[in-house]
Amino acid sequence: MRCEEENWRPTASLASLRLRAELLKKLRAFFDIRGVMEVETPALSRAAVTDRHLASFRVDGSPGGALYLHTSPEFPMKRLLAAGSGDIYQVGKVFRAGEAGRLHNPEFTLVEWYRLGFDHHRLMREVAELVQSLVPGLRRSPEYLSYREAFRQHAGFDPLIADRQTCIVALRRHAKALPAEDALDYDGWLDLVAGEIVYPALGNGRLTFVLDYPASQAALARIHPGDPPVAERFEMFLHGVELANGFHELADAKEQRQRFERDLEFRKATGLPAMPMDEYFLAALTQGLPECAGVALGFDRLVMRAAGAHSIQEIIAFPFERA
Amino acid sequence: MASYSTNEFKSGLKIILDGDPYNIVENEFVKPGKGQAFNRVKVRNLKTGRVLDRNFKSGETVEAADVVEMDVQYLYSDGQFWHFMNPENYEQLAADATAMGDASHWLKGEEMCKVMLWDGRPLAVAAPVFAILKVTGTDPGVRGDTVTGGTKPAKLETGATVRVPLFINEGDLIKVDTRNATYVARAKE
Repeated sequence: MRCEEENWRPTASLASLRLRAELLKKLRAFFDIRGVMEVETPALSRAAVTDRHLASFRVDGSPGGALYLHTSPEFPMKRLLAAGSGDIYQVGKVFRAGEAGRLHNPEFTLVEWYRLGFDHHRLMREVAELVQSLVPGLRRSPEYLSYREAFRQHAGFDPLIADRQTCIVALRRHAKALPAEDALDYDGWLDLVAGEIVYPALGNGRLTFVLDYPASQAALARIHPGDPPVAERFEMFLHGVELANGFHELADAKEQRQRFERDLEFRKATGLPAMPMDEYFLAALTQGLPECAGVALGFDRLVMRAAGAHSIQEIIAFPFERA
Repeated sequence: MASYSTNEFKSGLKIILDGDPYNIVENEFVKPGKGQAFNRVKVRNLKTGRVLDRNFKSGETVEAADVVEMDVQYLYSDGQFWHFMNPENYEQLAADATAMGDASHWLKGEEMCKVMLWDGRPLAVAAPVFAILKVTGTDPGVRGDTVTGGTKPAKLETGATVRVPLFINEGDLIKVDTRNATYVARAKE
């Protein structure tokens, strides 16, 4: 088995690794010029994310009980913000169990930053500026689409008033594979349509921002009251690939706790492991999170784009299979 | 009952869907942003050969198909079943016409075949890649014509028909590629 013997080698070319190092340097300069401070927060924590669709790696063997590898540095970074840090960013490894494929490595590099006094609109402009400075050849003006418009344009229906049957019809029309009909709730069907039809069509030669997500998909974003209410959250796409996810940050500790509890109920009902809520984070919110917007940007996918790579394995020295 | 979680999916894995055994041909992990993750897979039905696409919610489990491959020797056909022997333990097994597919076109006796078993029953039989067979019926050969590239049908001793070059005669031995039923070359005794 010749290929097995060759598995000690990196899957990325040395040229890709040099580009990666170059981009990291430019990225740090971008924040340095803007007076955003680099910080480091723990990767290993007693608390973990309760998110319905994220799985944390659990680490046993510590005398105080189970620990979890973080899926993003969001909670401790918000503790820093509440403690008065001002604008901060972090570049670091995060870990998501079960996420492996052409665009996923279970261990990957995330760039996360928070800007005081920004709302998500202003932050989107800054994200575009950063990405355009790192990825050559993009048209200057990004496209901004509401979640609703993105679905109407590319899937041909209004996601805020449609139902499961509409999703199934759209998937059939686009000759997309279906799951078992009872496997998903409505948000799950929307996720399937998004992943199969809508998102692959976004970010053609320029950045596309999708914003105003359904309130049911708010995660840690504020909800803008209205009919229907929408989440002040955005995602950014380039060539059909999601590169970033940002929020106008929810600062209401009570509502945050309720969202955690709803997530935990969902996890219980669907047989997912319960996760210890981050009480430090909730205490920081109670103390008061300054008005801010924050975003997480997948650094590996950014490098992929800059290198013109087809898979994440081409720009990571040692992906999971060889780690 | 053994089962696989979607995060164990990879090409070559054998699973059961809607009661039929399938082979995973391709597996892609798809996760939109903060949403539900899916495994988009291409699977081949091991009974019919048909390929289809399916999406699985990541984390779902799917029943494993107990499918194994084995080398067996062809013994004879009784018209309804084709009988084989496992040379390691001399156990015999019988494959029906569905499992045989086109493999029966190329077997005379004693050939080593690959058989795929599902729960111990033959699911598919593959004949050796090349078969040397005698031509039992074809139009008379055109002497010396080895260059024009024309072909004609020829009936073989097993009953199969393949297209052969014009210079092939009745009684000649030919080598056939059984994967696509094509003539490869004239063969010697």
